[in-house]
Amino acid sequence: MAKELIRLTDCRMAFDNEVVLNNINLYINDKEFLTLLGPSGCGKTTMLRIIGGFLKPVSGDVFFDGVRINDVPPHKRAVNTIFQKYALFTHLNVFDNIAFGLRLQRNNGNKLDKFEIHNRVMEMLEVVSLKGFEKRDVTLLSGGQQQRVAIARALVNKPKVLLLDEPLGALDMRLRKDMQNELKSIQQATGITFIYVTHDQEEALAMSDTVVVMEGGVIQQIGTPEDIYNEPKNAFVADFIGESNIVDGIMHSDGVVEIFGRKFKCLDKGFDPMEPVDVVIRPEDVDIVPPKSGKLKGTVTGITFRGVLYDIIVDFHGFKWLIQTTDLCPVGTKIGIKIDPDGIHIMKKGAFSGMYGDYSSYSAEYDEISDAEHEQDQEDEEENEFVSS
Amino acid sequence: MKPKYFSIPYIVWMGIFVVAPIFFVVVYAFTTADGYPTLQNFAAMSRFTPVFIRSFLLAFISTVICILIGYPVAYILSREGKRVQRLMIMLIVLPMWMNFLLRTYAWMSILENTGLLNRFLAFLGLPALNIINTPTAVVIGMVYNFLPFMILPVYSVIVKIDRSLFEAAQDLGANNFSVFRKVVFPMSLPGVLSGIMMVFVPAVSTFVITQLLGGGMVMMLGDLIEMQFLGTAYNPQLGSAIALVMMFIVIVFMYFVNRFGQSDEKAVGA
Repeated sequence: MAKELIRLTDCRMAFDNEVVLNNINLYINDKEFLTLLGPSGCGKTTMLRIIGGFLKPVSGDVFFDGVRINDVPPHKRAVNTIFQKYALFTHLNVFDNIAFGLRLQRNNGNKLDKFEIHNRVMEMLEVVSLKGFEKRDVTLLSGGQQQRVAIARALVNKPKVLLLDEPLGALDMRLRKDMQNELKSIQQATGITFIYVTHDQEEALAMSDTVVVMEGGVIQQIGTPEDIYNEPKNAFVADFIGESNIVDGIMHSDGVVEIFGRKFKCLDKGFDPMEPVDVVIRPEDVDIVPPKSGKLKGTVTGITFRGVLYDIIVDFHGFKWLIQTTDLCPVGTKIGIKIDPDGIHIMKKGAFSGMYGDYSSYSAEYDEISDAEHEQDQEDEEENEFVSS
Repeated sequence: MKPKYFSIPYIVWMGIFVVAPIFFVVVYAFTTADGYPTLQNFAAMSRFTPVFIRSFLLAFISTVICILIGYPVAYILSREGKRVQRLMIMLIVLPMWMNFLLRTYAWMSILENTGLLNRFLAFLGLPALNIINTPTAVVIGMVYNFLPFMILPVYSVIVKIDRSLFEAAQDLGANNFSVFRKVVFPMSLPGVLSGIMMVFVPAVSTFVITQLLGGGMVMMLGDLIEMQFLGTAYNPQLGSAIALVMMFIVIVFMYFVNRFGQSDEKAVGA
């Protein structure tokens, strides 16, 4: 078993009586890549700041390697942070930024040797592909380069844990993908535990060993990316991770669920007979067939070309589904659908039931998703926004 | 109208009120009363060397005291809550709304031999201090009058430093003192430099403070120049020469201060 490195027990955090974290229990293993995933305001950054030492939980304990560290200030924690906006020292050049932590280190009261500092900084510049940049002014670097300096500045101290607060948020799509791969390989090469905060579910799925989905200051689900995607615990998780059609169903018996009056085979077990449930159907798990041979029949009411596939909206008995397909189905086409048993996922009814997974207002929903991705730019542009009716 | 025409009024203004006066000062400095070119005015200045030294020394002392008082005030202020900051800035600026002469007269009545300060000392049973009409009184007056011009630029630079930089420094192992030494201080130097500029330059050429608090015993360059233009020693040519030399020394001084500031900024942490 992997060694446990950090543990949060019953952590609770509030600002001015507004609870931002509640009942947080989490352990993080050594050498793990763990992602805190959730929408803005879900408490994920607060949790990171508690681990970094910038905030103290109102109640509950934080342990590092078995030692309670609630009262240990940030500069005494074996943890380094990559801040959202990099927080590079603008009065220092690239070399001095990266050397900042090393110059503060004391070995039995002695400063580190100048040669050692030089060698370690140079080594790190190579890791982040910034060789030859050491004399540059950090304010003159591009976003991606500044990001690399921030990574180098943290990693050069060889922390046990690296905290990353939406580090790729300000980069464009291409660069993001490249940096995702790079961060992942740095993590694997160094064996440093990464705690990564993001609202981008794709990023979380692609990079993490463990994903912690958060909403409303509460952990909704902890699991591997596959678990989270395939076996979401509630409607919030199902909706937040990828696209999901979430419909009401009735569990007839183990392996049989009724949706829209039709019985479907599924793999889920252990529900009461005739128990009302939430049924999650991923858009890519739906097969389009001729209307006659389909289990359900519906009409295409919308289509969007997404490159590899089409997103189509299909109306079944007034409830609209999102289906992804490579076939072209023009608006107005009547289609039938089939769903394999492993494409159906059953969830117990819960607090989030009925709030997510309906594509009746499809276009609006997509706007929301893209809003979340460009949150930072959005703040300035909010006034320019308009909704066409 | 093309945008560049907007600058014309300013150029005209600068020409009339900045360039032309300097031009006349230069012309006066290099001519005799009859209008013949000469260097005599500069040669005649050597007897005022003690005044030059005193002026620059007192201005230097005042500037240093302003930094020693003003920097901590600005730093502490920047760490307070928004409301406290606004209130304190008000209080710092408030005296400047009162007439300069009035403020200086007030200091006269504090520092006089029978003034408030000595009466207070007597009340405590301490010996009286003779401050009025000494360089000390002039320095006190200058520090009092120019302190806001040190606090405000330093403060406005420090409050603009991104808080996340302090956190980044702490995160990298800096305790509070190191955060100050390696981040806050080097990043606030531009504010200190403009503070020095705004205190030192008027301090060198100050004149009313010296007359009221120095009682005419502490003559500085400002008094000297004033005497040449308005006083009994009427000699505008000599006054212009003195003003020109003073300006030259100030420019050289500021150049080195700026150079020092820039190189220091880069060298911190090395």
